Amino acid sequence: MRDVLAQALAVAAKDLKLEFRRRTAIFSALVFTALVLAIFNFARDPTAVSATALAPGVLWITFTFAGLLGLNRAFAIERENRALDGLLLAPVSRSGLYLGKLIGNLVFVGLVEAIALPLFAIFFNVPVWGVIGPLVGVIALATVGFVAVGTIMSAIAVGTRFADLMLPVLMLPFLMPPVTGAVQVTARLFAARPFAEVVGWLKLLVAYDIVFVVICLLVFEAVLDE
Amino acid sequence: MTGTAEVLASRLRLTRWGVVAALALLAAVYVRALEFTPLEATQGAAQKIFYIHVPSAWTAFLAYGVVGVCSVLYLFLKDLRLDRFAACSAEVGTVFCTGVLISGPIWGKPIWGTWWTWDFRLSSTLFLWFLFVGYIVLRGAVTEPRQRARFSAVLGILGMLLVPFIHVSVTLFRTLHPQPVVLKPEGPSLPGSMLVTLLFSFLAFTLMYVGFVVHRYTLAKLAEVREAEAGDA
Repeated sequence: MRDVLAQALAVAAKDLKLEFRRRTAIFSALVFTALVLAIFNFARDPTAVSATALAPGVLWITFTFAGLLGLNRAFAIERENRALDGLLLAPVSRSGLYLGKLIGNLVFVGLVEAIALPLFAIFFNVPVWGVIGPLVGVIALATVGFVAVGTIMSAIAVGTRFADLMLPVLMLPFLMPPVTGAVQVTARLFAARPFAEVVGWLKLLVAYDIVFVVICLLVFEAVLDE
Repeated sequence: MTGTAEVLASRLRLTRWGVVAALALLAAVYVRALEFTPLEATQGAAQKIFYIHVPSAWTAFLAYGVVGVCSVLYLFLKDLRLDRFAACSAEVGTVFCTGVLISGPIWGKPIWGTWWTWDFRLSSTLFLWFLFVGYIVLRGAVTEPRQRARFSAVLGILGMLLVPFIHVSVTLFRTLHPQPVVLKPEGPSLPGSMLVTLLFSFLAFTLMYVGFVVHRYTLAKLAEVREAEAGDA
């Protein structure tokens, strides 16, 4: 177990080091996020729909789409120069590799989210600060779930033709439960609704995380087995 | 090699009759539903679609269940026949799922007054359709059979787990909002003759599913043999 964790951290460290040396993916994800936030503001009738009413949905569409950009990159970098073969030959277990990729992706998406959140608060004039603790909790819960599935989907997508197109087609149905849950909880946090209203959604998010992290760990081997 | 192809071709002629029989059964369902089942008091003729719609939905979910089970078994047994069977089931399931999504709105427009509503059954079926299509698109984008089988199996398993989550999300989404009064999809308990028609239709659709999948499976196998022959030549 400790071995797997050490391997996972090594893989994640490798990915993140590569990422922070190049910085292209993270910069494009951030610019993309800012652009989506700005465009969404104009994709409404300001006399009919208030920015606050739209805010939770915008936040989660932005997060998940920026997440997709990051996920696309996770295995694409291994495809170049057939780096994946080297990784598979290295004494790293498949679960270690999956966990490592998952951690790397979570750091990437988490970083984008951490920078996008203040921008979102400013653009949409939402009182984020008062509910920052629970909000970060919900973001973490939903992000773990969709990145867990996204990591395995990106590994599948790079193995196909039209990889860039394949990831969203495979991935979007899987975004539905975590995004629905996260939007509902976020909206109720902003509206200061009682906790009892979000319990069902939180259970759903937790169950999604547990089920998909465990299953993805189990089936990941089948994706790489060549 | 030619022997196998010939055997398969003759088997294909046999399975074709299975499909014809299933379609004849479907025609019988139509006859019984239209002529020998009473009109529903409030919905009138529109309710007849029920005998096609509900069994199609059952068959679509059954088809995805088969995809999921075959996917799990494939990862354990690595038998390409399981993968081929899952693929056929997905294709046939897509047809039935499309049938549900088309017949539903045709009924919904006169009865609910709208083509579409985000009821949990509608939403789940729509997402099931997306899963089917994603599965088929993925298969089309991988050429190596073993790799295609592994990728499809993983997607099949994850999709099977996703369906209940979608169901719960949509139910939660709905119960937190007031239910529309006009759009209540609530049916009264069925009178005997309607129930018989429905059960008959369930049987017909299930047999139709089996007939289509078996036929499609034989066809897929024949296509593989022919491809291999072409490769050898």
